[in-house]
Amino acid sequence: MSFISYLLNGISLGSIYALIALGYTMVYGIAKMLNFAHGDVIMVGGVIAYTAINSLGLSPYLAVLAAIVTCTVLGITIEKIAYKPLRGASSLTVLITAIGVSYFLQNFVLWQFGSNSKNFPSVVRFPTWQINESLSVDGVTTVTIVTALIIMVALTLFIKKSKPGQAMLALSEDRGAAQLMGVNVNRTVSLTFAIGSALAGVASVLLCSAYPQISYQTGAMPGIKAFVAAVFGGIGSIPGAMIGGVLLGVIENMSKAYISTQMSDAVVFGILILVLLVKPTGILGKKIHEKV
Amino acid sequence: MKKTFLRIVTVALILSLIGGVFAGCQKTPGETTTTKAPAADGDKTLLIGGIGPITGEAATYGNAVKNGAQLAINEINANGGVNGMTLKLQYEDDQHDAVKAVNAYNTLKDAKVKLLMGTVTSKPCEAVVEETKADNMFQLTASASSVKSIQYDNAFRICFNDPNQGKASAQYIAENNLATKIAVIYNNSDVYSTGIYETFVAELQAKNITPVTTQTFTDDSSKDFSVAIQKIQESGAELVFLPIYYEAAALILQQASKANLNAKFFGCDGLDGLIDQLGTDVALAEGVMLLTPFAADSQDAKSVAFVTAYKAAYNNETPNQFAADGYDAIYTIKAALEKPA
Repeated sequence: MSFISYLLNGISLGSIYALIALGYTMVYGIAKMLNFAHGDVIMVGGVIAYTAINSLGLSPYLAVLAAIVTCTVLGITIEKIAYKPLRGASSLTVLITAIGVSYFLQNFVLWQFGSNSKNFPSVVRFPTWQINESLSVDGVTTVTIVTALIIMVALTLFIKKSKPGQAMLALSEDRGAAQLMGVNVNRTVSLTFAIGSALAGVASVLLCSAYPQISYQTGAMPGIKAFVAAVFGGIGSIPGAMIGGVLLGVIENMSKAYISTQMSDAVVFGILILVLLVKPTGILGKKIHEKV
Repeated sequence: MKKTFLRIVTVALILSLIGGVFAGCQKTPGETTTTKAPAADGDKTLLIGGIGPITGEAATYGNAVKNGAQLAINEINANGGVNGMTLKLQYEDDQHDAVKAVNAYNTLKDAKVKLLMGTVTSKPCEAVVEETKADNMFQLTASASSVKSIQYDNAFRICFNDPNQGKASAQYIAENNLATKIAVIYNNSDVYSTGIYETFVAELQAKNITPVTTQTFTDDSSKDFSVAIQKIQESGAELVFLPIYYEAAALILQQASKANLNAKFFGCDGLDGLIDQLGTDVALAEGVMLLTPFAADSQDAKSVAFVTAYKAAYNNETPNQFAADGYDAIYTIKAALEKPA
């Protein structure tokens, strides 16, 4: 019985990682860049939702909307200012810029919002699912899992069926060839960032509802864990992010429960190394053959 | 008032804690101050150096000490200063970083400060005390609680030290028979938390009690406590000891309540701030016990006066113990200056 309870808690933790990992993997898969600022865009979304509810007195639904809109605008702005001028530069340059953006966002919020973490009012009003007296699934977890699944399916359909989605797919396979075939590279990359950042907005509200605190550091650690989840599942693969996230949460909780709380991160990353040794592209990652 | 929800049991910490808000310093700072202070270059201003984190993760503490100290200085200057001198505080940021704290100290030396009130947090303080020892500079920290923070005879502190808190907690729990089955959750990546944990367990064992379960977390994994809470539930613990800061403690209380964990909670001064952190879940703080050298809702006349003055000066913000320590530190310096050598 306690095993099932650890499992459920692990899934609950993992569903948050999965939701954040979807944004990471989307941007990496198409723009081929690691947007390390993703976690911090989530944090900004949380701050906006907090301010909307607490200072402006908006309803939770409007607050969620405000968070998504702000994150989208922020994502597009960051892309225009920081990443677009580096379109031709090496991926290492862009990576360092992303780290810079991440610190900029953290310190900007620190300056404006203060260093204290604030209590985030729950915006999810969904009943707890009581399985039996000792087992229950929290409302936030249910909403997170359902949201992540919906996003996963919607993203997959969007990329497979829609025209801009096809452009993204083409871009991810061969940017040069896609450009020659008439795909507007800049616009497609910007659209990718807009979608990735909108996902960050959704994730921000659910992350802060599951762990009801918000500070300038809120996005940092979940961002890194979600990045690991994305790599674990196969970075670039949308269902992979989902699987990687949930697995990561479950492994983390199981190692805390049955091995040691102090060793849980070591176990998680040890398993990651093992998986990558056996399958370097992650669980669902595609093997890309370099043609000579 | 939400505050009435909380029954804080304030346990007096004996040794290094100075009773009351305005208490004077027990130790005479010695020749360092008395010889240097009046030599203030010509004018009648005594420049006091302050170091603490005003930005970064520990900024809450640094700003509180700064505000408390500045409030005391304003009051003293309005009442004619000390020995005909007006006091002035130059406060430098160390971002809770040892290297930056030493740099800040050097900046203050360039500015010719006569004595140092700092640093606010333990790790930087341990680094700076080496420098002040070399310079024979008088140092008084408001709030650095690790043992090594004031290991030399030129350094003093207002607050208690870490081992005292663990010991006092264990004694209080055992003597009042609060529980026999005790669980601990502590942050093993943090020197403050680990320090308290070690003395707590040692003192408990001296009383023939062994914790039924000990759960740890780190700064990087301080959000999800579901496993720790479930382990505690399975261990049947009646009391959970939390020698940690209020942010993690608030999450533990929220998650424990969701998991229907039925246990008492007991913590140290790090839980100061819990009520604000819990926000709308403030009812969860009902029955939580903690050690604190200062409670803002205390009815003691001097505390009330301090809280009123602080709120008036700083945007109606309620002072925490760091603000009180900073305030006390300045009055302690004043008392030391006025005492004939």
